[in-house]
Amino acid sequence: MEYCNCFESPWPADELLMKYQYISDFFIALAYFSIPLELIYFVKKSAVFPYRWVLVQFGAFIVLCGATHLINLWTFTMHTRTVAIVMTTAKILTAVVSCATALMLVHIIPDLLSVKTRELFLKNKAAELDREMGLIRTQEETGRHVRMLTHEIRSTLDRHTILKTTLVELGRTLGLEECALWMPTRTGLELHLSYTLRHQNPVGLTVPIQLPVINQVFNTSRAVKISPNSPVARLRPAGRYMPGEVVAVRVPLLHLSNFQIHDWPELSTKRYALMVLMLPSDSARQWHVHELELVEVVADQVAVALSHAAILEESMRARDLLMEQNVALDLARREAETAVRARNDFLAVMNHEMRTPIHAIIALSSLLQETELTPEQRLMVETILKSSNLLATLINDVLDLSRLEDGSLQLETGTFNLHSLFREVLNLIKPIASVKKLYVTLTLSPDLIEHAVGDENRLMQVLLNVVGNAIKFTKEGGISICAFVAKSDSLRDPRAPDFFPIPSDNHFYLRVEVKDTGSGINPQDIPKIFMKFVQSQPLATKNPGGTGLGLAICKRFVNLMEGHIWIESEGLGRGSTATFIVKLGIPAHSNDSKLPFLLKVPGNQIKLNFSGLKVVVMDDNSVGRMVTKGLLVHLGCDVFAVASGDECVRAVTSEHKVVFLDVSMAAVDSFEVAIRIREKFSKRSDRPIIVALTGNTDRTIKENCRKVGMDGVILKPVSVDKMRSVVSDLLEHGYLVESQ
Amino acid sequence: MEIVGQLQKQFVDFSTSLYHEGFLDEQYLQLQKLQDESNPDFVCEVVSLFFEDSEKLLNNLATALQQQVVDFKQVDAHVHQFKGSSSSIGAQRVKNMCVAFRNFCEEKNLEGCLRCLQQVKHEYFLVKNKLETLFRLERQILEAGGTVPAIA
Repeated sequence: MEYCNCFESPWPADELLMKYQYISDFFIALAYFSIPLELIYFVKKSAVFPYRWVLVQFGAFIVLCGATHLINLWTFTMHTRTVAIVMTTAKILTAVVSCATALMLVHIIPDLLSVKTRELFLKNKAAELDREMGLIRTQEETGRHVRMLTHEIRSTLDRHTILKTTLVELGRTLGLEECALWMPTRTGLELHLSYTLRHQNPVGLTVPIQLPVINQVFNTSRAVKISPNSPVARLRPAGRYMPGEVVAVRVPLLHLSNFQIHDWPELSTKRYALMVLMLPSDSARQWHVHELELVEVVADQVAVALSHAAILEESMRARDLLMEQNVALDLARREAETAVRARNDFLAVMNHEMRTPIHAIIALSSLLQETELTPEQRLMVETILKSSNLLATLINDVLDLSRLEDGSLQLETGTFNLHSLFREVLNLIKPIASVKKLYVTLTLSPDLIEHAVGDENRLMQVLLNVVGNAIKFTKEGGISICAFVAKSDSLRDPRAPDFFPIPSDNHFYLRVEVKDTGSGINPQDIPKIFMKFVQSQPLATKNPGGTGLGLAICKRFVNLMEGHIWIESEGLGRGSTATFIVKLGIPAHSNDSKLPFLLKVPGNQIKLNFSGLKVVVMDDNSVGRMVTKGLLVHLGCDVFAVASGDECVRAVTSEHKVVFLDVSMAAVDSFEVAIRIREKFSKRSDRPIIVALTGNTDRTIKENCRKVGMDGVILKPVSVDKMRSVVSDLLEHGYLVESQ
Repeated sequence: MEIVGQLQKQFVDFSTSLYHEGFLDEQYLQLQKLQDESNPDFVCEVVSLFFEDSEKLLNNLATALQQQVVDFKQVDAHVHQFKGSSSSIGAQRVKNMCVAFRNFCEEKNLEGCLRCLQQVKHEYFLVKNKLETLFRLERQILEAGGTVPAIA
C-alpha cells in the first residue's frame, strides 16, 4: 500500500489515539504519585488521624496504580519482555492492593461518618450547656437581688420606709413600670391603695376584698399573673399602649400573737396585703419564673420586716405610755405631798391661833369664877368654862389624832415610875368617883417592876381615858383597875389572833384591866367603839361629853406602843372590861430596886461613890480641858487629861470607868476616837463609858454620838451639880437616859 | 478691919458689875465653885492659862488674816478654839464676839473678819483687864487678912 508522498508524521494517524493515551497515562502517573505525597504531607501536619495504616494502604494502592500507568507508557512502542513482566507484576500487585483497600473501606467509611454525627451531637450539647449556664447565672443574680432587697428592707424598722424601699428596690431590680401595695383597711372588708412606686400621692382608692382575683391571689403563696384590667391593676387611666403583664402576690401581715417562741409563725393569719407589679407596657417582656420567685421571697421578707416594725412600734408606744403615767403619778404624788404639807401648816396655825384665844377664855373665866358673882352669873360663867374646856379638848384631840394618823407622832421614851403613875391616875379620878359615890380599887401585881421605859405621858393619857370612860358610864358600883405583867399564854387574845407579843430581856408587856359595873355595851357596838367620832349609846344617855375621839386616840397610842386594846362586855347593863397591853422597856441596870434609895441619898454620899473614880478627859482646848478636869477633880475623880485622840486611845485602860470626849474639837474627829476605844475593849465589862461633851444643841450631833456607840451626850456649859448628877446616872445605869 | 470690909465691898461691887455688864457669866461662877482646899488656886491657874492661850490665838489670827491668800478654814479653826476657851472661862462678851467672827469666816468676808478681829481683841483686853483687877482685889483682901466673899 502506497499512499501519497506527503509529509511523514512522526506518528501514524491511528497512532494519534495512542499518543493521547500516552500523555494521559503520563499525567495519571504523575497525579497518582503526587496524591500520596500530599496525603502524607497533610496528615503529618494534622495531629490526629486515627487511620494511619489505612493511609499507608491507600498510598500503596495509589502508588502502584501510578506505577502501572507509568509502566504503561513503555508499552506503547515495542517493548521487551522485561517490561512486560514488570508491567504484569505491577498490575498484579495493584490488583491485590486495590482489592484489599476496597474491602477495608467498607469498614472505615461508616466509622468516618459516625465521627461526623458525634461532632454534631457534641455541638448540640455545648449549646444546651450554654443555655443552662445562662439560666444559672440569671438565678444567681436573682439571688443577689433578693439578698440586697432583703438587706434594704430589713435595715430599717420604720414601717413606711420598709414598704417604700420594697417597692423602689423591686421596681429597680425587675425594671417595673409600676408597683403598688394594697393594705387591708381596719374593717378588713376593703383593700386600700397605700403605696405606689410612680404615683406620688395615691388617692384613696379602695377595692372590696372579696373580688375573685384577690381571693385567687390570697389563696396561694405564689405570685399569680393577673389580668391588667382587674381593678387592682388599673392604677392609671387607660393609655394607648398595651399594658404589660401584671403579677400579684400576697404579703402576710403577721400579728405578734403569731410568733410562738420556738416555732416559725403559722401562716394562719387572715390578713394579707396585696402587692401588684406591672411590667413596662411597651416591651415584649414576660414574667420569668425566677422573677416570680424573687417576688415571692421578697413578699415574705416584707411580712417579717413589717412585724418587727409593728413590735417596735408597740413597745415604743407602751414605753411612752409608761412615761406619761410616771409623769402623772409623780405629779399626783407631789400634789399629795403639797396637800399634806398644806394640811400640816394649817393644823400648826390652827393649833396656835385657836389655842391662844381659848386659853384666854379659860383663864379669864376661871379668874372670874373667883370673884363675887350672883348665882345666875356663876352659872353662866361655869357654863362658859365648861364649854371652853370642851372646845380646848376637842382641838387637842383633833390635833393629836391627825398627828397620829400621818405617823408624825413619835413616842417619847424615858424612864418613869410605873407604880407612881398608877397612883397619880388614882388620885386624879378619886374625887370624881367619890362624887358619883363609886369605889375605885387599884391592884398592882407584885412582879410588876417599879420602873419602866416608855412614854409616860401618853401611857397616862391612855390610862386616864380608859378609866375616865369607865367612870363616865358607871352610875353605881365602882371600877377596879388591875395591872400585871402579861405572860405568854395570857398574851394572846382570841379576838386579835394576829397579835403575837413576844417578851424579851429588854421589854415586858404591861397588861391593865379596868372593870366597871356600869351600863355595859351592846356586843354589836363593840367593833365601832374605837372608831373615830363614833360614840356608844348616842341616844340612850345624856352624856354628851367627849368628842368620841378619846378611844380612837387611845388605840393609836397603844398601837404605837406595840400593844393592843379591846373592850369586853356581856351586854347592856352588865358592865364592861377594858383591857390594854402595851410594850414597855426594862431599864438596863440590874440594880433597879436600889435606885430610889440612891437618888434620895444626900450629896456627900454620892461623892463618896465617886472618889477615886478613874476617868479620862479629852479636849484639845487647854482652857476647856483644865476646866473639865477641875470639875471632875472637885467631884473626887482621878482624872487623866489628854489633848489628842491618839493619846486618848493610848491612855484608856480597863481601869478607867468613864471617858469624856469633847466633841467640838476641830482637829480630831471625836467619833473616831469613840469607835477606836470601843474596838480596843471587846468585852463590855472592861469598856469605859464614853460620854460626849458639846456646846452644840443640834440634834444631829446627838444622833451621831448614838450611832458611834457613845453612851451619852452632855451639853456644855456644865455646872457642878449637872456633872454630879450625870456621873451618878452614868454609874447607875451605864448610860444616860436623857441628855442632860 | 475697916480696910478689909471696904476691900470686900469693893470686890463684891466690882464682881457684880462684871456679871451685870456681861463680861462674865455663870461659867465663871462654876469655876469659883471648883476652887477648894485641895485646889486653892484653881481659878487663877485657869485664867492664866486662858490669857496665854488667847495671846497665842490672837497672834495666829493676825498672821492668818495678813496672808496673801487667806485660808478662812484655818482662821475659823482658830476662832473656834478661842470661842471654846472663852466659854469655858465664862468670858461672855468675848465668846459672843467669836460667834460673830465665825459667821464672817463662813462668808469668807475678809473685811468683816478683820473688823471682828479688832473687836475681839478689844473685848479680850477689856476682860483681861477686869480679871486682873479682880485678882488684885482678891490678893489685897487676903493680904489684909480677910476672906474673899463668895458671889452667889
